[in-house]
Amino acid sequence: MRRNPRIFIGGALVLFLVFVAIFAPLLAPYDPIAVNGAVSLEPPSWAHLFGTDDVGRDVLSRVMFGSRVSLSVGLIAVGIGMVIGISLGMTAGYIGGAFDLISMRFIDALLAFPALLLAIAITAALGPDLRNAMIAIGVVAIPGFTRLSRGQVLAMKNREYIEAARTIGCSNVRIVGRHIFPNITNPLIVQATLAIAGAMLAEAALSFLGLGAQPPTPTWGADVYYSQRYLSNLKWWGSVGPGIGIFLAVFSFNFFGDALRDALDPRLRRSR
Amino acid sequence: MTQYVLRRLVFMIPVAILVTMIVFALLHLTPGDPVRIIAGEEPDPAAMETVRRELGLDQPLPVQYIAWVSKVVRGDFGRSIRTHQPVLEAIGERVPATMELGLTAILLSVVVALVVGTLSAVRHNSPLDLIATGVTLAGVSLPNFFLGLVLILVFGSWLRIAHPGGYVPFGEDPGDNLGRLILPAITLATASIAVNMRQIRSSLLDVFGQDYMRTARAKGLSETRVIARHALKNGLIPAVTVIGLQVGAVIEGAFITETVFLWPGVGKLAIDSINGRDYPVVQAIVLLSALSFMASTLIVDLLYAWLDPRISYRSAS
Repeated sequence: MRRNPRIFIGGALVLFLVFVAIFAPLLAPYDPIAVNGAVSLEPPSWAHLFGTDDVGRDVLSRVMFGSRVSLSVGLIAVGIGMVIGISLGMTAGYIGGAFDLISMRFIDALLAFPALLLAIAITAALGPDLRNAMIAIGVVAIPGFTRLSRGQVLAMKNREYIEAARTIGCSNVRIVGRHIFPNITNPLIVQATLAIAGAMLAEAALSFLGLGAQPPTPTWGADVYYSQRYLSNLKWWGSVGPGIGIFLAVFSFNFFGDALRDALDPRLRRSR
Repeated sequence: MTQYVLRRLVFMIPVAILVTMIVFALLHLTPGDPVRIIAGEEPDPAAMETVRRELGLDQPLPVQYIAWVSKVVRGDFGRSIRTHQPVLEAIGERVPATMELGLTAILLSVVVALVVGTLSAVRHNSPLDLIATGVTLAGVSLPNFFLGLVLILVFGSWLRIAHPGGYVPFGEDPGDNLGRLILPAITLATASIAVNMRQIRSSLLDVFGQDYMRTARAKGLSETRVIARHALKNGLIPAVTVIGLQVGAVIEGAFITETVFLWPGVGKLAIDSINGRDYPVVQAIVLLSALSFMASTLIVDLLYAWLDPRISYRSAS
């Protein structure tokens, strides 16, 4: 760990994001949805570090509150994808046979859709709101976890220590839960971290398209969209603030996930 | 090889059937009566009944599915609710603009990734490599709608050296067409440049550790020749897969990029149709995108098998 400063930098970035999200009500200088006609479209200043939007809402406060939506979608959607994906993948890998064949064809079918397109289509079908965006992004996250955990189980299930566990009479549930799962957590942690980055990016795209949390909830994607009409007048701050929010949040998780992968994946440890 | 191709095609059939089921299910996931949504806010009962019968919604679901699939197979996706134009025709009109944007983005992505990825691997751990690796991570973290808006802001509104959006057919004014293509193509290419570059860099680094590289150097070949003839040729084989998968990224990226740049392609049509609740069009685009993504994945796999003589297409599936 000490040899890998990137994990600390990545971890610090992620913690900072979580900190802002949790303490947004204390940190934000203004009420994110309070309209104030007196300060409409003010450029960044000491009073409003990121400026104000056309109805005088403080952009910095909205960016801070926006982290809550982004992070909760990231965590919950990936949670959904992980629970379903891992249970399906481990079961399929362990019992094999027809169950494996059918569930993997289903996963192949999900993978046949470009991911963001599937998320857009599901959200559009269920109706545009935050909960449905979480479900849609969660569904899209399933195949990654299924394939990864299935592959890991296949690699593990014929090892000697599993054979030994079976010999002493462990049940299948116990073998999978207590012997196989703990040995495949490293790649799953890496996958989860990178999947959170992907989920936050997808949430931003959905809310940019008006398919995520509905106004006046501050969300980064919707705020970028809302203020984009002022870009041609060079009043850029309304869109650039939340855009930077998305970028930093996704970058933090990508950076952390990348560092974790290099540290946890023994295949990459070799020479470089 | 023929046998391998056939086997792959046969394996695709169940997946394709599941894909059609998912697309069919999407419309029926819609909470409430789809007819109400299709017929508008204040439907009159007679109109609703017509729509219901037209869509066959009075039939049981499996019957509806079979009816829908048998139409789709014949290329009949119904008519657009907004324009009453046949859906396939409406999509067909938009394909050239999307192809132009998508192919330019893929070309841009491959060329830039190849050059920077190779330099980065050759000068491993040099400042260039570190900067390129950092920029790559930034590239995959940047939402393309935001990148697009920033490009419009800087080059369109501020410096005024590029068009902020819109489209002119190539046939009408080639210069204007290409001028308007630059910003959306860069926007669409950025994320896949990042992914491709990473892949090219890491497969080249793998190859650099191989014995035949040392042999090639030992027999006195120039460094350029070693890299071009020995490293690139072998290192690019795994990269083909990743580059191929970027076709999917370009398809989904096109939805947003086209919307941001008012580029009248299939992606913009899809988003407009979602906002206009034009379900037949949405359904058709989702299905066709999935099928073209499947086809491109298949082509990539075949290309991979053909390029890498170590892969046997007789036994493994």
